[in-house]
Amino acid sequence: MSNVSSARLKARYAAERRFRMLGLAAVVFSALVLAFLLVTMTANAVGGFKRAELRFPVDLAASGMTVDPASLSADNAIAQLEAAGLPDIVAMAATKALGAEAAAEVDPQAWRELAKRIAADPQLLRGTVEAELPASDDLASALRGDGASESLKTIAAKLQSEGKLAQAWDPGFLSRADATGPQAVGIWGALKGSMLTMLITLALAFPVGVLAAVYLEEYAPKNRWTEVIEVSINNLAAVPSIIFGLLGLAVFLWIFPNYRSAPLIGGMTLALMTMPVIVISGRNAIKAVPPSIRDAALAVGASRVQTVFHHVLPLALPGILTGTIIGMARALGETAPLLMIGMRAFVATPPEGFTSPASVLPVQIFLWSDEIDRGFVERTSAAIIVLLAFLLVMNGLAIYLRNRFEKRW
Amino acid sequence: MSPAIPLLLAIGLGLIAWLAARSKAWTFKRAAPPGTRAPLHSLPNYHGWYVALWAVVPAIAFAAVWAAISPNLIVTQALSNPAAASLPAFGVERDAIIAEAYATASGSAAAAFNPAANALVEPFASAIRQFGTIGLAVTLLLGFAGGAYAFLKLRPDFTARTRVERAVMLGLLLASLVAILTTFGIVASLLFETIRFFGFVSPAEFLLGTHWGPDPMAAPGPNLGENYGAIPLFWGTIFIGAIIAMIVAIPLGLMSAIYLTQYASANVRKWMKPLLEILAGVPTVVYGYFAALTVAPLVRDAAQGIGIASASSESAMAAGLVMGIMIIPFVSSMADDSIAAVPQAMRDGSLAMGATTSETIKKVLIPAALPGIVAGVMLAVSRAIGETMIVVMAAGATARLTANPFETMTTVTFQIVAMLTGEGSFDHPATLSAFALGFVLFCVTLALNFIALRVVKRFREAYE
Repeated sequence: MSNVSSARLKARYAAERRFRMLGLAAVVFSALVLAFLLVTMTANAVGGFKRAELRFPVDLAASGMTVDPASLSADNAIAQLEAAGLPDIVAMAATKALGAEAAAEVDPQAWRELAKRIAADPQLLRGTVEAELPASDDLASALRGDGASESLKTIAAKLQSEGKLAQAWDPGFLSRADATGPQAVGIWGALKGSMLTMLITLALAFPVGVLAAVYLEEYAPKNRWTEVIEVSINNLAAVPSIIFGLLGLAVFLWIFPNYRSAPLIGGMTLALMTMPVIVISGRNAIKAVPPSIRDAALAVGASRVQTVFHHVLPLALPGILTGTIIGMARALGETAPLLMIGMRAFVATPPEGFTSPASVLPVQIFLWSDEIDRGFVERTSAAIIVLLAFLLVMNGLAIYLRNRFEKRW
Repeated sequence: MSPAIPLLLAIGLGLIAWLAARSKAWTFKRAAPPGTRAPLHSLPNYHGWYVALWAVVPAIAFAAVWAAISPNLIVTQALSNPAAASLPAFGVERDAIIAEAYATASGSAAAAFNPAANALVEPFASAIRQFGTIGLAVTLLLGFAGGAYAFLKLRPDFTARTRVERAVMLGLLLASLVAILTTFGIVASLLFETIRFFGFVSPAEFLLGTHWGPDPMAAPGPNLGENYGAIPLFWGTIFIGAIIAMIVAIPLGLMSAIYLTQYASANVRKWMKPLLEILAGVPTVVYGYFAALTVAPLVRDAAQGIGIASASSESAMAAGLVMGIMIIPFVSSMADDSIAAVPQAMRDGSLAMGATTSETIKKVLIPAALPGIVAGVMLAVSRAIGETMIVVMAAGATARLTANPFETMTTVTFQIVAMLTGEGSFDHPATLSAFALGFVLFCVTLALNFIALRVVKRFREAYE
């Protein structure tokens, strides 16, 4: 082989290797970005599941509180304890154990946690309770070492070395609702709102989507009307989500002006967005059912409706469900349309029903992301991890369904 | 009254109707002389369904309409009460009082704080009771009437199945019409508000003006149009979504698709493909947070490091980069599909001539797959320019015509959010401009999708 051609071959092989490396680099880069995103969020989120807690003993037996332990099983136990002076007793115990300056940093509402513990176990009134109560937002940031006055930082350092102040796991993060300070916020209100919204979305989008898919795939004559339906479904799947928010704002809120920021309206808006996804996946699933099934049913005398509802649809259901879960996962993470219909209000109690004001997880994340407090950064990341966990479970379910029920005809 | 009560009642009625009709159909069957074939035209179940449909459908239809119109009737009724005479004539305060009284009377708020609202609680409560009773009574009546009408029609030779199936077909047709209704609703609501907006600002000023600075508080005046030039928004949208994001997404997506389909072993492909798809499943609010919290400071520091003093902590670059990453799986799966559609024989032919794999890909596969790839890129662009949360959280609010990616820049979707989440009234051009922007966005994304589908149809090679 001549020198020239062997040099050229070498260059071509080098180009081949470079191209291949480039491809590998693209894949690796994408994976690394995903890993980077997850690692930053998780690293921040660990702090989000914790809060700064002050620990000090409260001598309830010696406090002279006059509460009948038997009456504490009633619903108003916390009010009874408040009337009996529990807030003052906690404040005094804090002053005694921590000093006046630090005691001022016990969260003003913190005694409620102790009150709940006492209500659950009235025997505590007979002895000394080791209280672990949330510190104020200022002390919490002093403990983290950012954005607080120097005097607070020294107090925090001193209390921490005495073991009276520590970052502790905060299971309440999963059971509380939104609040003004990062120490007191929780995710349950938004999570419940998300679940209610998803229920409405599912209840509307699934039947409509499946029925539309059945019609288009099994019955629709090929004429201009069905073509218009088909085109508009495909278009809807491509419309930006914020446009659905504008539709919800202009139409749904015009019809139901009293249900602003209620899961009902949110669910209706998201249902319109999810329906085309379900129709498209449903059509593919129905198309995949072989014609011999239909022919067999028709041959033994079933009507066309019976053929579809007794034979085709049950066989297509796993595929439809997979598509539905994927569409629902998308709706669960959607934020922009819900901002449009007013689901960005501050809602401090978990929603009670489909018509009470609610927030949803992604919107909660958006609202917290506007807060500059370092504590909120951690809480936001923790909320993101909760959201991602939900999505992961849903997608996992979709993959499981696909693998479990996938049929090759 | 909760809207669930009439619904549950109607369903209960339907259940009763179903059971009653089915048992009646069974009596026809039993009454037939022994030994002969049952004279029923349809199975008893279908008789049940027929009567149940007649009992449930009119009742639920009425309940739905009633749920929509009764609040207005309640307000009218309550305001005819003498206690309402002292209300302020019109405006925000009046609406707030009415809303508070309504919420208290319906039990969704614990107590009204405004004394004026407090006086109205009782009239509202009585109106709610009154209209609730009317609604419930009419729902029940309709259910009974429908059920009874259908029940009386039952005969052994009654064609219940045919009729039920006709109703099912109607239901199927209605379900597929929802898509048209939605499209129509979108177009109508956007168009209606857009026309109102163009009553304040001329379309030419809106589409061609270069200054965007609406003031939701300003009184509509003669020179209003000067503040509603949307060109900077369109530029920001294109710059972030169609330029920066695509510079990231096209090479990465295309090369990922090529690597995974042409080079990677089956095992690697099995793991990497779903991994890339996770990128598409991450909610955009998470990307937005990631962009604002992590990427934007990195971008700013890098830009200041290379000597760009104007670099801002909210920049087109940060938003575009993250958006590009979000789009990667989108591009790669479209490219994947169209490369896979190129017949193996073409690849084998090229390799047999002595070309290396990369030469085959560059000279044979990509040209053959180009229509599909172009269509995929167009869909990706339409997705990127409609994307909201990333730009809301990371791109900034200043409308600016600049090619410097390190400055803040704003987009159409950002402005829609900004205009509609404030406290502005619905008659102000600033609020209405959001609908005009939405209309433009809707048209552009639809056009891109339409062109993409056309490209695939028109230029895709059909291989035998």
